[in-house]
Amino acid sequence: MIPASFDYTRPGSVEAAVEALAADEEAKVIAGGQSLLPLLRLRFAYPTLLVDLGGISELRGVRDAGDALEIGALTTHYELTRDPLIAAHAGLLAQAAGTIADPAVRHRGTIGGALSHADPAGDLPAVVTALEAVLVVTGPGGSREVSPAGFFADYLTTTLAPGEILTSVRVPKLGDGWGYHYEKFHPTAQAWAIVGVAALARRSNGHVAEARIGLTNMGSTPVRAGAAEAAAAGAEASAAAMRAAAQRADEGTSPPSDLRAAADYRRHLARVLTGRALARAAGI
Amino acid sequence: MTATADHEVGRARTRKEDARLVTGQTSWTDNIMLPGLAQVAFLRSPHAHARITSVNLDAARTAPGVIAVFAGADVAAEQGSLPCAWPVTEDIVIPNHPPMAVETVRYAGEIVAAVVARDRYAAADALELIDVEYEPLPPVLDMPAALEPGSPKVHAEGNKSYTWSLANGDLDAAFADAPVVIERTYRQQRLIPEAMEPRAVVVAPVADEFTMWSSTQIPHVLKVMLALVTGIPEHKLRVIAPDVGGGFGSKLQVTAEEVLALILARRLGRPVKWTESRTEGNAAVHHGRDQIQKIRIAADADGTLRGLDVDLLADMGAYLMIVTPGVPLLGAFMFNAIYKMAAYRFNCTGVFTTKTPTDAYRGAGRPEATYAIEHIMDDLAFHLGLDPLEVRERNWIKHEEFPYTTISGLTYDTGNYEAATALAKDLFQYEELRKEQSERNAASAQVRLGLGVSTYTEMCGLAPSRVLGSLRYAAGGWEHAAIRMLPTGMVEVITGSSAHGQGHETAWSQIVADELGVPFEDVRVLHGDTAISHKGMDTYGSRSLVVGGTALVSACGKVREKARVIAAAMMEVAPTDLEWADGRWAVRGDPDQGKTIGEIAFATFAAHDLPDGVEPSLDCDATIDPDNFSYPHGTHLCAVEVDTETGWVKIRSYVAVDDIGNVINPLIVDGQLHGGIVQGIAQALFEEAAYDDSGNLVTASLADYLIPSAADVPSFTLARTQTPSTLNPLGVKGVGEAGTIASTPAVVNAIVDALRPFGVTDVAMPCTPERVWRAINNALPSPGETPPLQPPAQNQVDGGGAA
Repeated sequence: MIPASFDYTRPGSVEAAVEALAADEEAKVIAGGQSLLPLLRLRFAYPTLLVDLGGISELRGVRDAGDALEIGALTTHYELTRDPLIAAHAGLLAQAAGTIADPAVRHRGTIGGALSHADPAGDLPAVVTALEAVLVVTGPGGSREVSPAGFFADYLTTTLAPGEILTSVRVPKLGDGWGYHYEKFHPTAQAWAIVGVAALARRSNGHVAEARIGLTNMGSTPVRAGAAEAAAAGAEASAAAMRAAAQRADEGTSPPSDLRAAADYRRHLARVLTGRALARAAGI
Repeated sequence: MTATADHEVGRARTRKEDARLVTGQTSWTDNIMLPGLAQVAFLRSPHAHARITSVNLDAARTAPGVIAVFAGADVAAEQGSLPCAWPVTEDIVIPNHPPMAVETVRYAGEIVAAVVARDRYAAADALELIDVEYEPLPPVLDMPAALEPGSPKVHAEGNKSYTWSLANGDLDAAFADAPVVIERTYRQQRLIPEAMEPRAVVVAPVADEFTMWSSTQIPHVLKVMLALVTGIPEHKLRVIAPDVGGGFGSKLQVTAEEVLALILARRLGRPVKWTESRTEGNAAVHHGRDQIQKIRIAADADGTLRGLDVDLLADMGAYLMIVTPGVPLLGAFMFNAIYKMAAYRFNCTGVFTTKTPTDAYRGAGRPEATYAIEHIMDDLAFHLGLDPLEVRERNWIKHEEFPYTTISGLTYDTGNYEAATALAKDLFQYEELRKEQSERNAASAQVRLGLGVSTYTEMCGLAPSRVLGSLRYAAGGWEHAAIRMLPTGMVEVITGSSAHGQGHETAWSQIVADELGVPFEDVRVLHGDTAISHKGMDTYGSRSLVVGGTALVSACGKVREKARVIAAAMMEVAPTDLEWADGRWAVRGDPDQGKTIGEIAFATFAAHDLPDGVEPSLDCDATIDPDNFSYPHGTHLCAVEVDTETGWVKIRSYVAVDDIGNVINPLIVDGQLHGGIVQGIAQALFEEAAYDDSGNLVTASLADYLIPSAADVPSFTLARTQTPSTLNPLGVKGVGEAGTIASTPAVVNAIVDALRPFGVTDVAMPCTPERVWRAINNALPSPGETPPLQPPAQNQVDGGGAA
């Protein structure tokens, strides 16, 4: 990697990191580096300063916070796949993290980095959207909490203000009756999703009482498939009913046309994959 | 030649080179450090086609750490033209090919300036300070359009490089009253070779002599060509290919970067290094394939082939590189494959476009040909309602008909297509899978099953020099080997085949162990340094073992004969009283009396009691020029499951039965097949060098240019039939390209086989899920679907029919 030159600092606390970031408009945060390093390598980014969060131990790991799990921003994808709390209360996150790229990337990449990079083709943005997670952001003025919809602003763009850092992700524990599935459609194991569907379904008395669906790569941000969620809610827990509900999965989306797929094919995939993901989530 | 306890040949030896390779102890070109080494970085054109109107180097020249900066005009007088060694016709157009563009750029990625700096960072920073102004010219991207009279020109001479033809038999008669004529157009998409090690070069000048380290497949050819291009006398050049991390043909080249590194080192009087990044390499390394194949067959009602007519357009890219125009010719002799027919005509036109030049890529011409014939044989079978294997069997050369001279004029020495196919069918459970396929089709299953057949052969072992000469190739096809016997009985083997991952050190050691009766461990193989291995034709075209191995056997034979005279003197008997038995010279009738090569080597070193006139040396060399190619063959069978709802293709099973003659090391052979098959699958399913409308490569990084990993392919079932070649003493045929040649049509035929019930006759490669889905939905439109935004990839209606 032959990037342009930059300064580097490795603060020991969130406060020091925020201070370093706030002092330099062209500074960038680096955690696992799995998104930033390719940009540096290709000289698509010219930060003057890299603020490495690697030395801030309080940002690591998963804590039980009562009704929710508090996931430190530096928690790696690999750790998400292995953490017992995640497995017990937010299995969707573990399943999706296990599909990211390859083992080397999963051991370096972090949840905070993946979300802050805000690539709609990334897996975790749609997953936290479906999980209705709360993103905890710390800046010069202290901490604030923001919903996924309020966090992801556009393609590779978040609402993080200068000097702000995503410090943790609070994921409500899934209660009884909830099932989940992440359906990822990617041409090779290491490739980004052409379309991904993060589905949660709460089953009750042979019916789907409630469904939540986040879509990967169906727009410039992760999107909720609201129409399909509404159609699934109250429907009989059958493959046919889920398929029928999924016919509305692409409503309100504006998927890209690119090298990998045209928009109409993405819409078709979103419908098909949502049907499959809902069925799996509902235990059908 | 099967493995026995006493024989090294045939043993699945792990590779002796791997310890240093996998532990990182070896030295790749990029690891080489020299005092005063400067780094070179190249500025490349962002335009597919443009006139350079001005180049301003001032800011770069004064940047920190910069030693020198050059534009094309600065090196124009000494850079020469990159060589094309295969002018396939008398009237071929070979445009001037300056290593650094001077006036015009003709592909995005062409070099326009060079920075030499103290380190790579300073060099890369300075590149950004170079100001080049371009006047854009229209790109030329489509081959048929490029040949239209009004097309913008890539070169002043026009967009056609050459037309080369081959014809045997009466084609008109074959087609005139043929009951069946099928015509198809297939597209061989452009591919990018992705060697694990990117290209790199180091040049060290000492007085008027130059040593070049390069990640190359061809140190020997490179040395000759550098002398011719730069005017540096050949004896003042030394080229070293250290361990090289793969090539697949991409390092069978004399590159602009090598020539410029040499020129810059000479200009500056100091050593320089250049190492490419992956993204730089994707635009600048020569690409492979890229043909439009129009193919027509005539057959009798029972499927017996009568004639074959092939018209190719082959994309040369912007310039002719070392063997660019010859690649389609290597396919010309292979379209007829394993089949008998009365008439064949082949026509190829090489076309210039404003894209990266193409050249040899694993298989070079033969995968393209094999794909087309194996695909259309499936189309013929479908048209006639025959099993694809049945129609092949009706046409292939029977094992008792060898040696057989084909319609394209090659003489195949041996083969047994029946045996390989029977074994493959058995391992594949062909009949059971056909039954399952019928059941799924009958049930209109969402996931369909398709079975793909590829009964390939190929010509490899590139030699013979006379044939290559008759095809106007500038060089020969011989190979060299030498044996240096050390006093302690150790053996140094020198080979002109420069390995870049093939495992020569292991295989050559096994051969020498048997030939000279020495332990495997006592053999060391030296290669890739023109000062040590002074003579060679290098490694490509699955030629190393067939040609280089034969040279090695010959050199060993000479060593034995020299040793025989000395052994006889040592034992005070006549040389004619000795026989070579159990790896030593023994007295005939008195096997207790004998001398090993090691003992004889020590006696030769001491040289106290040699007979009069016998030189104190066992060293020998041999240069071998075979008089035919070699012809591996095999039957590959692929089963795919196609999800008709999404277009997803899953390879369910893959059986490869290959007949590569005798096997020196089955482990290396399996490795070659595994990698080769995956590389062919990659063409079928994943890889494509895509350009946008302005001629920019949009698959510049591996994020966009999809190469499969182990997670994307199934485990393969490999087996062999063994019909030894009669053309060389080892009975070997070559295996470096077989898997790649065979697997692409096997996979695509399987996909099309799964989709035949939908009326699909072809899916353009790579068969991405979207293309498969569109093929299904265009063939069988359903009212509920969103209509596709773009036309189907290449979904043809069945063109077969009674003539």
